[in-house]
Amino acid sequence: MTPASPQELAKALAEVGYLADEGLAIAGHLALRLGRPLFLEGDAGVGKTAFAQALAEATGAHFVRLQCYEGLDASQALYDWDFPRQILHLRTVEAAAVAAGDKPDTAALEASLYDRRFLIARPLLQALERTPSVLLVDEIDRADDEFEAFLLEVLADAAITIPELGRIAAERPPLTVLTSNRTREVHDALKRRCLYHWVEHPTVEREVAILRTRLPEVTERLAADVAEAIRRMRQLDLIKPPGVAEALDWASALTALGADGLDRDVAAATLGAVLKYREDIDRVRESEPWRT
Amino acid sequence: MADVTAVLAGFAETLRHAGVEAVGERVEAMIAAAGALQVGSPQDVYWAGRLTLCAEPDDLPVYDAAFTAYFGGRLPARVPDPQPAARSRPAALFGSVPGGTASEPDAATPVAASDAEVLRQRDIAALSVAERDEVRRLVALLAPSTAPRPSRRHRPARAGGVDPARTVRRMLRHFGEPTRLARRDHRDKPRRLVLLVDVSGSMAPYADALLRFAHAAGRRRPTLTEAFTLGTRLTRVTRALRHRDPDAALRAAGGAIADWHGGTRLADGLKAFLDRWGQRGTARGAVVVLCSDGWERGDPALLAAQMARLSRLAYRLVWVNPHRGKPGYAPLVAGMAAALPYLDEFVAGHSLGALEQLVGVISRA
Repeated sequence: MTPASPQELAKALAEVGYLADEGLAIAGHLALRLGRPLFLEGDAGVGKTAFAQALAEATGAHFVRLQCYEGLDASQALYDWDFPRQILHLRTVEAAAVAAGDKPDTAALEASLYDRRFLIARPLLQALERTPSVLLVDEIDRADDEFEAFLLEVLADAAITIPELGRIAAERPPLTVLTSNRTREVHDALKRRCLYHWVEHPTVEREVAILRTRLPEVTERLAADVAEAIRRMRQLDLIKPPGVAEALDWASALTALGADGLDRDVAAATLGAVLKYREDIDRVRESEPWRT
Repeated sequence: MADVTAVLAGFAETLRHAGVEAVGERVEAMIAAAGALQVGSPQDVYWAGRLTLCAEPDDLPVYDAAFTAYFGGRLPARVPDPQPAARSRPAALFGSVPGGTASEPDAATPVAASDAEVLRQRDIAALSVAERDEVRRLVALLAPSTAPRPSRRHRPARAGGVDPARTVRRMLRHFGEPTRLARRDHRDKPRRLVLLVDVSGSMAPYADALLRFAHAAGRRRPTLTEAFTLGTRLTRVTRALRHRDPDAALRAAGGAIADWHGGTRLADGLKAFLDRWGQRGTARGAVVVLCSDGWERGDPALLAAQMARLSRLAYRLVWVNPHRGKPGYAPLVAGMAAALPYLDEFVAGHSLGALEQLVGVISRA
């Protein structure tokens, strides 16, 4: 099921609990329509990963995630042969042949070793085999740059060739979402193929709506207080300005303490849910952004 | 539709002049995106262009300005950019030799007259035009590269841990009989090199040579080198310095730097670097080289706080101060004194010889 317009996509996303703004809805819509990967950047915790998950849920597609890290290679990203099982198979056939008293058929044996059932599908292959699917390539900047060239090749063809098995092509290319934290420049060749979107922090109204949707137990007043305090914190020039993820954490922490609104004591007691640097906590304690 | 295409292509042209790389495939993508949205409102055009033509946050303000200028329309409401962009209009800042003013000793002095070894040790600020050209040529030949560290990737090796995949593959070739164990070891990879060059007025005689040094480093390890300039603001020049030709690269960098020969606010620049790049990973485990004379207009305590942050992230922190090469120099400038406790190395960068030594410092593990 593919929504016909950005508005419909936004509606479908809202139904699964993700409130996208106009830009992100258009980006998602174009990615679906043009079959281009979507390259998302933005501060940590603005909901880049959650967007891919919501997109999969909203369009009824499988969700496949490839978390990138340094040293990621084809055997972890694409496929690998299940060597222990292959050896077990080999030994079993051999033993059976010896017991039956005939010679094993080497050609057939060899062919049976490279059967699909001995192939372990890693995320990229999973995304090609399970259609429709949304493939999230998370934090691409963490992988080595050699990996990008390799990824580009797989994405361009939506198919891979396994020497022992042949070509495996996707019925429908997966919708790919790439995220980056900009720890290094991603190659132009990869970016050129993608739609690029910078995900902003939500407005106060949207943040309230997100808090209310994701955490139904949070009261209207608390959601409004938290959203406003978070907005002020983002203007404080902190080392790590809080994202939506931190706002959600904070609101659930406050609710767990039975708070109905923000006041100095309860805010100070729960700051650790929002701010992760001592300097930031000191700064916020000083300016008290929750005071109205 | 032909009209729309022409209008969009014209817009891409405008954007290119403004410094956004809106070329070829990107323009085609924009036209396809506009088609898919069945462009009705200015909003659609805005997003169709922005999603396809821009490639980094720095492009967005330029894009917004170009969009308003070209279509004259209102922009869709947007949350103000959390990171004010630091890009300027391209300007011919490199028209003249930086620092080469009327006080130039003798522009006609031939290089041949100065012995290469003498030239190597001479202060770059005191060179004639011809000598400086020679130094530039020699700086371009330097190949700074950081020392390798073990990466997460493996390579086959004679000794080391057992490589299960290769061992079992080898067994398969022998019909499941165990044979020799295959071993593997970590592959080496150089560390990232980050160069922060002060381009304020007081550094004017040296900034050109130091940026050329950054260019040489980028040529050596294109994916593992990042270069920024500090003045009254932070400018990333990695992209601009990617040109093959050093002169073209420096011209491009000059176009990107708005605060060339201005004042210095090191603490602010460093903070911007750490917030936007360093903390996210650019400085993590990297060799960071800061080139500045330490003249700081702001409060030295703020600089010390940022230096502390940087030293916690970086693998090694090197400060290059051209004045250190002068006889009788002592780090008395407030900014320099504040930064000293956080440095791993404190070196001079005033001459070709000093830059060659810097190559050695960078490559030391």
